Formats: sequence, structure tokens, C-alpha cells
Amino acid sequence: MIQIENLNKQFGAVTAVEDVSFNVEEGQICVLLGPSGCGKTTTLKMINRLITPTSGTIRINGRDTSELDSVTLKRSIGYVIQQVGLFPNMTVEENICVVPDLLGWDKSKSRKRAGELLEVVALDPAKFLKRYPCELSGGQQQRIGVARALAADPPVMLMDEPFGAIDPINREVIQDEFRRIQRLVNKTVLFVSHDIDEAVKMADCVALFHNGKIQQFGSSDDLLARPNSEFVANFMGGDRIMKRLRLLRAADVLSKIAPRQHMQIVGSSSGIAAHSHLIVKPGDDLRQVLSQLLGRGQDWALCNDCDGRFIGYVHQADILARLVQNITPAVH
Amino acid sequence: METLRFIQENGGLISLLLGQHLLIVAIAVGLAILTGVSVGVAISQHPRTRRWVLAFAAVLMTIPSAALFGLMIPVLSQIGYGIGVVPAVIALFLYAQLPIIRNTTTAISNIDPALREAAIGMGMSTGQRLRKVELPVAVPLIMAGVRMATVINIGIAAIAAYIGAGGLGSLIIRGIAQSDTRQLLAGAIVISVIAIAADYALYGLQRLLTPNGLNKNKLATGRMKEVTT
Repeated sequence: MIQIENLNKQFGAVTAVEDVSFNVEEGQICVLLGPSGCGKTTTLKMINRLITPTSGTIRINGRDTSELDSVTLKRSIGYVIQQVGLFPNMTVEENICVVPDLLGWDKSKSRKRAGELLEVVALDPAKFLKRYPCELSGGQQQRIGVARALAADPPVMLMDEPFGAIDPINREVIQDEFRRIQRLVNKTVLFVSHDIDEAVKMADCVALFHNGKIQQFGSSDDLLARPNSEFVANFMGGDRIMKRLRLLRAADVLSKIAPRQHMQIVGSSSGIAAHSHLIVKPGDDLRQVLSQLLGRGQDWALCNDCDGRFIGYVHQADILARLVQNITPAVH
Repeated sequence: METLRFIQENGGLISLLLGQHLLIVAIAVGLAILTGVSVGVAISQHPRTRRWVLAFAAVLMTIPSAALFGLMIPVLSQIGYGIGVVPAVIALFLYAQLPIIRNTTTAISNIDPALREAAIGMGMSTGQRLRKVELPVAVPLIMAGVRMATVINIGIAAIAAYIGAGGLGSLIIRGIAQSDTRQLLAGAIVISVIAIAADYALYGLQRLLTPNGLNKNKLATGRMKEVTT
């Protein structure tokens, strides 16, 4: 879907981006991760030509973007920035309809779409369409920012630290929301972030940047479990193995083997625990499951499907064993 | 009291002069909005040019009005307009530049860079960006400049009576020449009153032109009304 080949950007004597190449498949979220000044935002902005590349090619759907007129290109790509940049003189509806209006869409069609998009981002159209940006909270503004970027149904979305300015609690919520929206609209998304947890949560693939170059490109699990250099290992953090928990679901470690009865970790009050085993769903992420098990002093949980039918056990030992599967033990 | 009686008895003359006065100011400020806003926008992205243009406009502002009117007589008499309305309008037009250019360029260059980035990133051309986003957002500050220019011009236009442009300044000049305090005061009072009135009227216009989304108080009261009705 997006193919980037040998992309370079020089600002005077400074090389901001050096020989960057990677591909993103249709419908994937690719996170460009890295510390400040590593070239990730410059790379992003070269895709919709807010910044002109010094050399290299960018293809979207096989088409070299340098052949397209810069304004046409920008209108065909959704763009979301950290500061949102909603136009304060326009209502929510007018903000969402900016690109459709620029493209000369029929007004009634675009206004109808604005209402639908508000529902997609979980805001009540009746309540919000006629509001102005100054009347919205930061989280609401960024939802509108996402809706605005989706308005003309672009196949590609570029997001520059979109949730960076939102408080941690609402950030989790809006990240989950965005994953849900992404499943619904199936866009190809390039997402700049400096937050490893965000990358692990959002990404189908990650490009880790350092000094203008891609240090490693792969799945979140590749970077966490099999970093290819000391920089990657350090950047992903000393707890990178633990971060793999986020990527795993209860279903990944489901076991049919029944635990030995009443086997409790020392210190638990076996009387209560025996009657109240933790019950999890197959989709629950293992970070939460493990945390709850540790909190309860239990070493296994029951797993029920959505209809409440028992389907297996989740053992603490299996979780720990799963964590260290397929890891590169030492780096250089 | 005598002054008030004078104003009452000469209502016709005063309203004629008032009309002349406002017409000169309106033409001058009207033209100055066109040029001042354009120049202000044009220089807002070029800090060096902006410094020079603002310095030049500030110099214009420091020329005493009597001197400027005097200077224009020999220049404009080349084309037969040495005295009268034309030099008056030109002088007032020049005086109106600084407040309008300065406020416009300040407003445009202080616009949140995120708005500009979003607008460009969404594929707006420069013209669309100005028309749809930057100028509407800049309206309150631009209008504040226009109000300042108007009030200054209403005062300076009184001097234009010396070069035969008419207006309420004529009353003041005659008052001085004839040692007639009534006429002098009548001219001065009416000028002050219309300066204040024009400022208020333009403030109303400013509020009218300011996009709703930029005025939190107005929005809050508007929403209250929606709830109560």
C-alpha cells in the first residue's frame, strides 16, 4: 500500500532522514517510533509533502506521489496532529466538512457524513455538530480531529503524535477507541509516537528510528523480544520482556490441564480464594490477567467464553513460560 | 449654555459639516482597510520586511498633520488638487496605515501554528487558508486597528479644514479667527462625540464580524438561551 524507498532529507548540512525504506500493507497501523529529533516526524511529513524529500520515492497504491500535485495529494490523505488544529471559527460540522468542501462534494452528502463520523468517534451528533471547538475538552477535540481526517474517506491516514497531549486516562480510552474505529474503516495508518506503550498497543508494525535511520522494522513483538541492537534493546526498556504481556491474550495460553486442587501461593487466604477463582475472557490481555492473579495470590484462573461457558484454564506458570518464548537472550 | 444654543440654532450647518467630516474619514479609512489589511497579510510571514514596513508606517504617523497637509499642497497642485478633499483624504489614508497594518500583521503572525499546519496538511491553498481560517480568526484584532485608525482620523480631519476640505474643523477655525468661543466649542464637542460614537459603532461591527466560535461569552449566553427557550 505504502512503499518508501531510500528516502532522504537534508536540512542544509543536517541530515534529518537517511536512506529510509519500508513498506506498510493495506489496513495496517505502522508506528514510527523513536526519541525526539530522530526523523520520524520528518518522514511522516514527507509522505503528504508538507516537507519535500531530498531524494527517494514514496509510492501509495503503486503510484509515485511526486507525480501528483501537492494539494491533490494532501487532500487525499487524512492528517491528524497532536495540537489537533481544529478551526476555532467553524462549528464541529464545518470542521469535519473542510476537505469534502474543498473537493466540491455535495453539501447535503458531506453534512450527512459529518453526523455519521461523529457516531463513529462516539460523540452524539445532535449534541456536538453545532458546537465550536472552544466548547470541547481535549479528548473530544481530538476525536473531532480524527473524524475530520476521515471525512473524505482517504485510504491513508497520517497521525503525528495524535494522543500525546491527552491525559493518561483519556489517552487509554481514545487509543482503544481508535483501534475500534480502525477495524471499522480499515485505513492504512502511519502513526508517529515516542511512547513505547502506545506503539505496542496500536502497532501492526513498528519502525524504530534513531539519528534519521530506521534501526529496526518489525512487529512490536520483534522489537520487544528480538531487538537487533543495543540501542533498540535500551529504547524498548529494561522491562521489555514484561511489555510482551500486553501483546498476549488469555486465549494464547489457554490450557486444558486442570490445576491441582487448592494449590495456592503461600500467603493467600485459601478459604476465600478456593471459592472465588478469577474468571477471565479469552480476549483479556495477559498483563491484566497476571496482575489480577498476583493481586489475589492465585496461580491460575478460569477462562469462560462470551456466553459464560467454561473453555479452559490460564496458569501463571504458562504465562511466564510464554513470555520468554522466542526471545533473543543477549544482544551483542 | 451659549454653545448649546449655537448648536441648536445652526443645526443645518453643523449636520452639513458633520456629513463632510464623516465622508472624508470614511473614504480614507475604507481605502486604508483595503491596503492596510493586504499589506499586513503580505508581510506577516516575512519578519525582515515587516520590520521595515512597520517602521515606515510609524514614521508617517510622526509627521505633524499640519505639516503633512502643507507638504501636499505643492505636490498635488501639479495635478490640480493642491487643496480640498483630495489631499485631506490622502493624508488621513496615510495616517490610518499604521494601526491597520500593525494589527493585521500581528493577528496573522500570532495565529496558532497548528491551525496553519492543519490547513496546509488538509490541502488548502494559501488563498483558501486566508479566507476560511486566518482572516476570520484575525477579525477582532484587525477591527481593533480599524477603530483606532477611525478615531485618530476623526480628530486629524479637523485640521483638514485649513486646506479647504470642509468638515467640523471649519467651525473651530472660524471660532479661533472670530474669537467666538461658541463656534470653537461646538466644533470640538461634536468631533469628540462622533469619535466616541464611531468607536462604539465599530465595536458593534467588530462583535458582529467576529466568528461565534471565537467568543466564549457570546456562546455561553447563546447556549443559555437555547436551554431556556
